[in-house]
Amino acid sequence: MLDIQRLEKSFGGKHAVRGVSFRLEKGTVLGFLGPNGAGKSTTMRMIAGVLEPDGGDALIDGKSILRDRREAQRALGYLPEGAPLYEDMTPPEFLNFMASARRMKGVARKDAVERAIADARITTVCGQRIGALSKGYRRRVGLAGAILHDPPVLLLDEPTDGLDPNQKRAVRALIARMAPHKAILISTHTLTEVPAMCTRAIVIDRGLVIADETPAGLAAKSEDGTLESAFTRLTDQAEAETI
Amino acid sequence: MNWLKEQMGGFGATYRRELGAYFATPLAYVFLAVFLLALGLFTWEASRFFDTGSADLAPFFVWHPWLYMIFLPALAMRLWADERTAGTDELLLSLPLGMPGLVLGKLLAAWTVAGVGLLLTAPMWLTVNFLGSPDNAAIMLTYLVSFLMAGAYLSVGAAVSALTGSQVTAFVISVVVAFVFTAAGWPLVLSGVKSVFGPSVADLVADFSFLTQFEGAQRGVLEMRAIVFFIGFTAFWAVLNGLWAARRRLG
Repeated sequence: MLDIQRLEKSFGGKHAVRGVSFRLEKGTVLGFLGPNGAGKSTTMRMIAGVLEPDGGDALIDGKSILRDRREAQRALGYLPEGAPLYEDMTPPEFLNFMASARRMKGVARKDAVERAIADARITTVCGQRIGALSKGYRRRVGLAGAILHDPPVLLLDEPTDGLDPNQKRAVRALIARMAPHKAILISTHTLTEVPAMCTRAIVIDRGLVIADETPAGLAAKSEDGTLESAFTRLTDQAEAETI
Repeated sequence: MNWLKEQMGGFGATYRRELGAYFATPLAYVFLAVFLLALGLFTWEASRFFDTGSADLAPFFVWHPWLYMIFLPALAMRLWADERTAGTDELLLSLPLGMPGLVLGKLLAAWTVAGVGLLLTAPMWLTVNFLGSPDNAAIMLTYLVSFLMAGAYLSVGAAVSALTGSQVTAFVISVVVAFVFTAAGWPLVLSGVKSVFGPSVADLVADFSFLTQFEGAQRGVLEMRAIVFFIGFTAFWAVLNGLWAARRRLG
């Protein structure tokens, strides 16, 4: 479904991503973990076709993001970091824009927009402009935009960041409902969510994959059996090695 | 055919979204109101529309390049800079769209608002018809070339907007660039160029000036040269716009 092959990117001499590779099959929810500035968002941007990689490739549903960008992007739903949206639009206007940008027409488009609104639970705010919505609702509108065309691969950059516990639970439930039919990559730095949401976890630090395990397997690596201390140990170690 | 469809992907969606954005905020209304007010003021107060003694729109058209120079960059400045500020460019680039479709969709949306502004000056045209019998075909032609010229000014504004994340910076730079292309045909500038570089350089500079290109149309003369110039100029800046907007992909 998603095949990441030695992705690399540097910005002005600074190596942000240094050869990240992994594969993701249908039915997997992969937690993409790492400290701030580890290269999570840069990697996701390269997979989404927003940033051109310096090296490597990403195959989405078998299509290369380098050679066949638009085809690859058709198979992908992407929620960028911070869920940027057009604030002057209402959620249905925004979703209709996304649908028409994805060349959906007529009844199919109407159905897709209605389904996304129902799935993301944003029916109550449909009459308001996005600029007037709370952070939680914005995130859900962004999520509705990402799942609109029912893509086989979903890329969600911190989908639960800034949500209250109820909203977090709603987003987790939505992801769990979609999980069996899709390959989902979720970046987060909220470790407590990982066991509840993900079936696999990758830790990335300084642009390198430093662990690839189940959340339980990752937690077992630490002395006290928590994900947090495993995370700290792994990323500290990476830091020590680079110094 | 398929290639063209891919490249133009997103044209319709972008055009509708941008046009909607102009009218969803007060921007389009403020632009139209102030533009028409300024145009009316210059036509009546500075050119003394009623005192010229002839039934034509010359005192009206003469202000178009100068007002476009200030007003159209204000219309175009948000096109790309706003996307960058809001982070929505990331969303846009993740969609399976073509850069030409995006560039033209945005440009045409702004151009449509400018066109609405021109349409709303129709009462002036009616007025001269009421007062005398002007050459309506000539006026029609001048309107058409003025509309093309508006596109040329907008293409500069849109392209510069893709260079920066700040709308104010985009506006200032666009006005300066627009001023250069406008004022190059100003007699004041041209005589200066002539005395320093000689008449052949002055002719060359004049060829790239909006004032010079618009002059024939103002007299109601159909000049292919001017039409080709404005369309070519717009196309050139639209290409620059695409290149500058695509730089975002490089990081």
